[in-house]
Amino acid sequence: MIELLTDYTLRNVVLGATLLGAISGLLGCFAVLRRQALLGDVMSHAALPGIALAFLLTGQRTTITLLIGAAIAALVAALWLLAITRTTRLKDDTAQAFILAIFFGFGLVLLSHLQRHPNAAQAGLKSFLFGQAAALIERDLWAMLAIGGPALALTLLFWPQIKLITFDPDFARSLGLPVRQFEILLTGVIVAAIVIGLQTVGVVLMSAMLIAPAVAARQWTNRLETMTLLAGGFGALAALIGAWISAIGEGLATGPVIVLTMSGLTVLSLLIAPERGWLWRRLRLARGWKPDDRV
Amino acid sequence: MNPQLEVQLIAVIIAAACALPGVFLVLRRMAMLSDAISHTVLLGIVLAYLISNSLSSPLLFVGAVAMGVITVWLVELISGSGLVREDATIGLVFPALFSLAVLLISHYAGNIHLDTDSVLLGELAFAPFDRIELFGLDLPRALVTGISALTLNTVLLFLFYKELKLATFDPALAATLGFTPTLIHYGLMTSVSLTAVTAFDAVGSILVIALMVAPPATAYLLTDRLPRMIGLSVAIGALAAISGYWFARLFDVSIAGTMATMTGFGFLLSWLFAPRRGIVAQIWQHRAQRERFALQMLTMHLLNHEGTDNASVECHPRHLIEELRWQPAFARTIVRQAEQRGLVQRQGELLRLTEQGRTLAREL
Repeated sequence: MIELLTDYTLRNVVLGATLLGAISGLLGCFAVLRRQALLGDVMSHAALPGIALAFLLTGQRTTITLLIGAAIAALVAALWLLAITRTTRLKDDTAQAFILAIFFGFGLVLLSHLQRHPNAAQAGLKSFLFGQAAALIERDLWAMLAIGGPALALTLLFWPQIKLITFDPDFARSLGLPVRQFEILLTGVIVAAIVIGLQTVGVVLMSAMLIAPAVAARQWTNRLETMTLLAGGFGALAALIGAWISAIGEGLATGPVIVLTMSGLTVLSLLIAPERGWLWRRLRLARGWKPDDRV
Repeated sequence: MNPQLEVQLIAVIIAAACALPGVFLVLRRMAMLSDAISHTVLLGIVLAYLISNSLSSPLLFVGAVAMGVITVWLVELISGSGLVREDATIGLVFPALFSLAVLLISHYAGNIHLDTDSVLLGELAFAPFDRIELFGLDLPRALVTGISALTLNTVLLFLFYKELKLATFDPALAATLGFTPTLIHYGLMTSVSLTAVTAFDAVGSILVIALMVAPPATAYLLTDRLPRMIGLSVAIGALAAISGYWFARLFDVSIAGTMATMTGFGFLLSWLFAPRRGIVAQIWQHRAQRERFALQMLTMHLLNHEGTDNASVECHPRHLIEELRWQPAFARTIVRQAEQRGLVQRQGELLRLTEQGRTLAREL
């Protein structure tokens, strides 16, 4: 364990993963509660062409350049998604699957273009598919903080409004809250969470880091405040364990290890969480209580 | 056949095979399940490989298809418990199964000829090199499997067309008539995962989603009839396949990627320009409606003031700007329109209704 504090790479890996887990766990709660769980999946896949384009246009491989490209692409995807469901009779699921596949496909075109024109930086871009926590350097951590910090601050600042909009948008509208603007803000905040995770978890699996901690936390509590904090904690824990295993193991991509750890935690929560969990229901049924009996 | 032609043929056949179940995924609002299935079939392949220890074993195929169906079952199991909503469940199940597959592959990387990149991205350009002998013909494997999937999907579609159609558009009636919704649902899901397995070998899992969802989504904007939607989806998929191939050749990039991009481009075109449902058509309809309404207003206004004392004021075009609060340019357009359609006539400075204009105003 001492290694964690002394070894430079390990320290970055662990700090980066924990930061990512905490932020995506906290912010993912809103995506899940607002029934937009798969929006994260769409936007994280859609970030790929943004990363490649940022590199193609600027020629730079600095984290912040690539992440800004990713964020812009993800936002464009989210806006197009909204426009499609507004102006056509296509439903959410179709629009989501469509945007996801198209943006990712275009990202592949750009990646393969970069690949055929040999360039030292190209290898770095491919690690965005499944993430490579071992490649995190200190500057990346600052980039993560620079993106995640404001997102968290905004969420805290508008906490009462966001809470109201999450649970009862109609009532919020009747109070005169600018619901549309807050929805865009929340989408932006989720984009920030995704962008932070791209280096560590990768575009393919990033959505799980938004969804799984929130679902796990939801099982333990009925309060939003508790749920968000728990989700942040779960996310951080899973990311820390996962990143550590992947850093000491050989050739294990970080993303899958973190996601599996987090999924394990979620399944456990679904099974044993008091009141809601599967085991508790079984017990209650066995003792002949009706499902909604409170003890 | 030369490899160029073979690659295009494979692409077209896979596009068609994907479009058939894709139509029903889109109509039944289950498009995101294609995302889940196309990822998790990888786990089926890996597990089957670990059991059979061979990459050519038919068990791989069976395992992959089964894993696709298991994914759907798991999603329904968890969302059925009421603890998690369905969309979140999809986002929970497939990353977990896919992660497991990726880790298993990287752990046995030395033994398995599978790498995660090619699974995600596919490499259609290599398809002609993997050949098998069939009826004395030397054919690319992907072509044979593609044709099999397409044939199977077509046969299933013809056999169960009525059932599928009814279960899609009126599930309640279908259930009362005795078609088991579960059976139809899982039948469709089996077909989806079978197609996904066949296709993703050649084109990668993301293109499977693009080919299953984008052409039917495009077709859905163009027609209201199911048979036409199916036909259009197949045609659009095939068109995207061929144009994608040539773009990839032209710019020397990933074929799967350009095919997905072309399906997106096709959607963009029909989203903007589709007759009746396209954005341009919607804007145009909106304008036409506004104009029609304005013409009616004009005739009614003229009818009200016809032959009254202040007709000389009320029937002056300039007055419309004040009375009806029209912009001057808009008022000019509408008056010109009304003249062209023979609703009003100019009499010196003033506007006068024709018989036709009077009829229109009285109709209201």
